[in-house]
Amino acid sequence: MDLNYLLQLFISGMTRGSIYALIALGYTMVYGIVQLINFAHGEIYMIGAFTALIVATVLNMTGMPGIAVFAIAMVVAVVYSAAYGFTMEKIAYKPLRNAPRLSALISAIGMSYFLQNYVLLAQTSDFVSFPRLIPKFRFLEGLGGMLSSTQVIIFLVTAVVMVLLTLLIKFTKIGKAMRATAQDKTMALLVGININQVIAVTFVIGSAMAAVGGVLISSHVGQINFYIGFIAGIKAFVAAVLGGIGSIPGAVLGSFVLGLTESFGTGYISSDYEDVFAFIILVLILIFRPSGLLGKSQKEKI
Amino acid sequence: MNKLIPELKKSFVTALWFAFLTFPILVIKVNTVRNSILWRWGNLAAVFVLTMALSYVWRRLLEKRARGERLFDLSGLVPAKLRGIELKSVFAQKKNSRAALAVLLALAVLFPFVAGMYQTNIVTTALMYVILGLGLNIVIGLGGLLQLGYAAFYAVGAYTYGILNTRFGLSFWIALPLGAVLATIFGIILGFPVLRLKGDYLAIVTLGFAEICRIVLENWNDFSSGPSGISQIDRPPFFGIKLSVPQSAIYLYLITLALVVVTVFIVRRLENSRLGRAWEAMREDAVASEAMGVNLTIAKLSAFALGAFWAGMVGVLFAAKTTFINPASFTLMESVLILCIIVLGGMGSTAGVIVGALVIILLPEYLRAFTQYRMLLYGSILVLMMVFRPGGIIRKVRKSYVFKADGQVEGAGHE
Repeated sequence: MDLNYLLQLFISGMTRGSIYALIALGYTMVYGIVQLINFAHGEIYMIGAFTALIVATVLNMTGMPGIAVFAIAMVVAVVYSAAYGFTMEKIAYKPLRNAPRLSALISAIGMSYFLQNYVLLAQTSDFVSFPRLIPKFRFLEGLGGMLSSTQVIIFLVTAVVMVLLTLLIKFTKIGKAMRATAQDKTMALLVGININQVIAVTFVIGSAMAAVGGVLISSHVGQINFYIGFIAGIKAFVAAVLGGIGSIPGAVLGSFVLGLTESFGTGYISSDYEDVFAFIILVLILIFRPSGLLGKSQKEKI
Repeated sequence: MNKLIPELKKSFVTALWFAFLTFPILVIKVNTVRNSILWRWGNLAAVFVLTMALSYVWRRLLEKRARGERLFDLSGLVPAKLRGIELKSVFAQKKNSRAALAVLLALAVLFPFVAGMYQTNIVTTALMYVILGLGLNIVIGLGGLLQLGYAAFYAVGAYTYGILNTRFGLSFWIALPLGAVLATIFGIILGFPVLRLKGDYLAIVTLGFAEICRIVLENWNDFSSGPSGISQIDRPPFFGIKLSVPQSAIYLYLITLALVVVTVFIVRRLENSRLGRAWEAMREDAVASEAMGVNLTIAKLSAFALGAFWAGMVGVLFAAKTTFINPASFTLMESVLILCIIVLGGMGSTAGVIVGALVIILLPEYLRAFTQYRMLLYGSILVLMMVFRPGGIIRKVRKSYVFKADGQVEGAGHE
């Protein structure tokens, strides 16, 4: 057993897990509040990555230092993704608030097609290389190249985002309103919570986090195209369900379980079956815990 | 006049917002290889004007929807004489509806002899999706079990015929029932572990199973020849005579049409059977239906099995039609497409599923005039359809009974 190899797989698994978590949180928050599988969430992540790519390329020509470009590109991407999420909710989901749930799902699928093809037509169908913005950190050289500087940034940013999200949900007024809405929409309305506002804010936060994930993973992988959102969206959704959809700690746990499973599976068994490991762990966990790792099983009453 | 100014203001604000929103992606095009930027300001102007107009139309339509009016009033097109007659009541009479169906069927049979091979082929595809839609409708529309892995059963059918035909020379007519039965068995095997799951958990597990199947097909070279797929599958022979390509296109069209008729007949009968009513009860409320004596295990497994049956059959047809199959035909998007068919058409309604399949499959074909914009349009049509007609094109009419004053009961379809 090669310990170095094991550690490397662990780090790569944690990297994947962090990105999945950033996307899965958006899924799970939206689901918790409107019980909608937001199929177009992956597309928001892709739009974040593209916005960052555009901003970064433009800024790179001005000769700004890499890390500053990275920060600005990240902020712009977050703003734009949030704006897209907000608009998407207004157009495709808000009019369907009282419609059957499957109609909203189809609307989300339509939105996903639309956004994919919008980027495809406006930009390109090819893979474009994403500029390397994060400089090599000197202190990592001692580790023998096991941990890249991008990975360090990914862990740091993910951790910060999670802490901020937890604080927001636990201690702010809007966080309280979100929890109330998730528990019981009608009751929340009765005690004076503006549901539409809460839902809009949820979409904005979820989209912003997806953008963070999009920018981070793109600078880690180094290339993007209009289709990246689809696969990432499915994986993140799997992660959210794995942890128990609607539960925020569940989404994070599910994402890390999924990331590590994929990483160890490809590392020790076979890289051809990468996605199979993700789904096998999902099927196994759901068979033994039908509402996910941290999801509450609901008692049904008539 | 005083209404116009706020309207204009609203449209203006929306247009500004969209101009901001689309700015980076539509206006700036970067070339990362040559490090050059292309500014396309024309796009910005186009977006501004377009969204200004669309935002006005959108608000009007939403207002109309809120008032419960028809979005487009077509009654002016109907001749005055016929205006009083309700279409529904005409077709409610068996004599009329049978005649209409017979005419429709005759037209459908004649279609391939009039239309060209291209038209025949795309309509055959659409008819295959009608069967797939009706099959999935059993699982989702009647049973209420959200299945996102339907393409896997479709793949089972296609590979059954593909492998058995190319290796052992098995004929189409033996493969057709065999593929269906194998898919049914797969449906039951999949059904067992997911009996306890509900709603979205069920959706994601079935999705997972389908993806596992697809990836295994892609990587298990000895069995399925991997991503390169199986080619040179035989087209169905006509009583031992090998047909030319255009002839077999027509022949396949007729086989598919016949299968559609059989499927519609069986599905209609199933719907009104004891099992069909058990499914609908299960969809409405699983616990309550169990309390009323519905065996949920049997209801769920049979829904999965019967849904898979049709998918397997269409899989065989698909392999025979394209003569080439590979795992790329059985992705998640395929399952999602079939789901779109039944939701767009109208959940649970047979006529709705047929219309939905024709629209979803034929629309992109006829939108080819707008080649590059067609998927963009397709996406927007899905969203618009759901916003303005969430129940689908043809809503399901639920069975209900009307009690007359003299104590008689009349069975009729009322919503």
